[in-house]
Amino acid sequence: MRLPPVAITAIVFVVGFALCTVQFPNFASTRVAANLLTDNAFLGIVAVGMTFVIISGGIDLSVGSVIGFTTVFVALAIERLGVPPLVAFAAILLLCAAFGAAMGAIIHVFDMPPFIVTLAGMFLARGASFLMSTESTPITAPLYSTVSDFALRLPGGGRLTAIALIMLAVVAAGAVLLHFTRFGANVYALGGSRATTALMGIPVGSMTVRIYMLSSVLAGLAGIVFSFYTAAGYSLSAVGVELDSIAAVVIGGTLLTGGQGSVVGTLLGVLIQGLTQTYINFDGTLSSWWTKIVTGILLFAFIALQQAMLGIARRAGPRKAGVLKS
Amino acid sequence: MNAASDPGPALLEVRGLSKSFGTLRALQEVDFTLRAGEIHALLGENGAGKSTLIKAVTGVFPRDAGIVRLGGAEVAPRSAKAAVDAGIATVYQEVNLLQNLSVAQNLYLGRQPTRFGLVREAEMRRRVTALLAEFDLHIDVAEPLGNYSVAVQHIAAIARAVDQSARVLILDEPTASLDRHEVEILFAVMRKLAKRGIGVVFVTHFLDQVYEICDRITVLRNGRLVGERTTAELPRIELIRMMLGRELAETTSERAATQARQAGEVCARFEDYGKAGYVAPFNLALRRGEVVGLAGLLGSGRTETARLVFGAERADSGSATIDGAPVRLQSPRDAVAHGFGYCPEERKTDGIIAELTVRENIVLALQAKRGLAKPLSRAEQDEIAMRFIRMLDIRPPEPERPIGLLSGGNQQKVLLARWLATAPRLLVLDEPTRGIDVGAHAEIIRLIRELCDDGLALLVISSELDEIVTYSDRVIVLRDRTHVDELEGEAVDVSNILVAIAAAGTAGAEAGQA
Repeated sequence: MRLPPVAITAIVFVVGFALCTVQFPNFASTRVAANLLTDNAFLGIVAVGMTFVIISGGIDLSVGSVIGFTTVFVALAIERLGVPPLVAFAAILLLCAAFGAAMGAIIHVFDMPPFIVTLAGMFLARGASFLMSTESTPITAPLYSTVSDFALRLPGGGRLTAIALIMLAVVAAGAVLLHFTRFGANVYALGGSRATTALMGIPVGSMTVRIYMLSSVLAGLAGIVFSFYTAAGYSLSAVGVELDSIAAVVIGGTLLTGGQGSVVGTLLGVLIQGLTQTYINFDGTLSSWWTKIVTGILLFAFIALQQAMLGIARRAGPRKAGVLKS
Repeated sequence: MNAASDPGPALLEVRGLSKSFGTLRALQEVDFTLRAGEIHALLGENGAGKSTLIKAVTGVFPRDAGIVRLGGAEVAPRSAKAAVDAGIATVYQEVNLLQNLSVAQNLYLGRQPTRFGLVREAEMRRRVTALLAEFDLHIDVAEPLGNYSVAVQHIAAIARAVDQSARVLILDEPTASLDRHEVEILFAVMRKLAKRGIGVVFVTHFLDQVYEICDRITVLRNGRLVGERTTAELPRIELIRMMLGRELAETTSERAATQARQAGEVCARFEDYGKAGYVAPFNLALRRGEVVGLAGLLGSGRTETARLVFGAERADSGSATIDGAPVRLQSPRDAVAHGFGYCPEERKTDGIIAELTVRENIVLALQAKRGLAKPLSRAEQDEIAMRFIRMLDIRPPEPERPIGLLSGGNQQKVLLARWLATAPRLLVLDEPTRGIDVGAHAEIIRLIRELCDDGLALLVISSELDEIVTYSDRVIVLRDRTHVDELEGEAVDVSNILVAIAAAGTAGAEAGQA
């Protein structure tokens, strides 16, 4: 039995956590674990959307900018216009859905590479957020303090915050959607071969639109979560998060060329990045940029691993199994 | 197998189907009738129109004229999906399933059983296991499809098609990549489906398999219907004549004119030349001023022989000599250095570079032969291009026109010019008249003769037997990747070639069954 990539990701995470615990005895606590989830909540949410996009054979570079746009939009709507927070959330999620649908439609109708279309989306969303405001806008609505006060208390002093719970819910819902529905099967099919999927009667166009819609809506949700996390809206927030989330997806064992992967792997990929950051915080002397270096090394390792496994699979050739004559 | 004696009702009727691509008439008023419960072979050489017929019937291409009736009702699907919905399913040689999904997901993609929006995985696997068991296929359906052999994938594709209530199943070259045991399994499935009343169309170029499993045969040639026969009443030689032959009278008179030619000395000789699993070792001597034709059915080893001669494949046995001196032909580069030229069969993909101009296409091989260190000046290029445009009468005579805009016949002439510019001693032409209209056809044949008179050695492959007979001094007949016969002088005529192919075929079939 060959080890699936996601199992290797899990082993890397467990080994990393164990090493941290050996060095810092109070590392293994519910407090650290809960903070890991809280600090990476927005990344986890956006990476779930990215998982769908990448498995379907695409890429979405716009998500970081959509998060930035969302924080500014929400902050201005609540603070300047006095819109109730929940109404602002609904509005931004609808806007994100339309934005993602438009990108998906352009990709399908004009047969354009997702890389270019979502790159344009990235500039567009970032530009639009600067247009609204170039300054950081603090959010003082009562809902925000309520949410940041809310937490499930864990034994050992950990606080499982609302945004961590939202992230876990998104991961769970994403996993069910990807692995147990027709929609999810179609996502894998698209990543296997677009042309064949179309021949098998799957509406490829509407699938593409819905996949990018999902990614943008989750980016919008991540933006709302990010605004809870920082209690502010700022047009420069979440710069480069699209790349962090792609890294998390790939480290989580999803094939960058599409067709294979899992939501659980992506969560592990996010947590590995968070773990590195936490280690640096514990150490206290290291530069926080070491997170990027470790992420880079892991990315290289996982891409090399995928290529090696593909090579092995190709050399072995198809098995002649299962041909039985009665 | 006995359905032929008791003709059932027509299930699929195609009447007067025509389809053109630009000036090329790929299908001309073709009729085709498939009965329920029969296995019907659709045969023809490359370019006969088999694939075009299938794609026009299943809505992959729109058709120009003609009607298709399924069970008496007219159908006009606009996509492969619509054809499947109407009850016509096609399984191509390249299996159109998804390697990365499980077998079960592949069979039920888009129609998985669900409860509250969730796929009932266990139920789906149970149903797929039961479905495949009907085809005597007992496999773990949760495994990715890509883990299984091509034969299993074919059966899975057939099972999917049949399960979507197909009444007509079209199998396009399904056995091309299967071994004998796998072919048996596939045939068992086909017989089972026919017994259920499904009409099976079987496209293949393995004649032994046609005689083994098919009830009736329809032969296409150059986009036209040649005829429809019951297999039992069609001797093999008659079938080959339908696939290859044309009017014999016209050829015999043409043949007389070629007698006068005198072949020169041997310029290239191949002894026991071959490659395991590709072409059996052969002896071949090519003389100056002589045209040698390679005749045989599709897949008989004609193109393979040409590629060995040109060094596009490396021989693993035998020796080659040029003008008496031993040479090694490891790559097309070596062959070009020794003065060989090769016009491949797939003009569009292997020959012309559509975006480049006529001039650039002509000087390509000459420049490659000289090496990049010695570039041809623009004046030299213009001179060469104009010389060949005049010599071969390439139209329009504009050297700066992108070659993609020229007609097929003129593209072929530009390819000839490319090699002639290198002043070759041997030219290999693979199907030089494929896809060319009648006028240009005669002109290419005239050119072949002229080149030969100028002392060039030519090795020509063609499916058109009367054409081969017209220009060849000698004809080598191939079958099953072996050179089986050589005809020379008076003996070169269409019926002798047919006899050689059919005789070899019978022997091959007996050997195969033994």
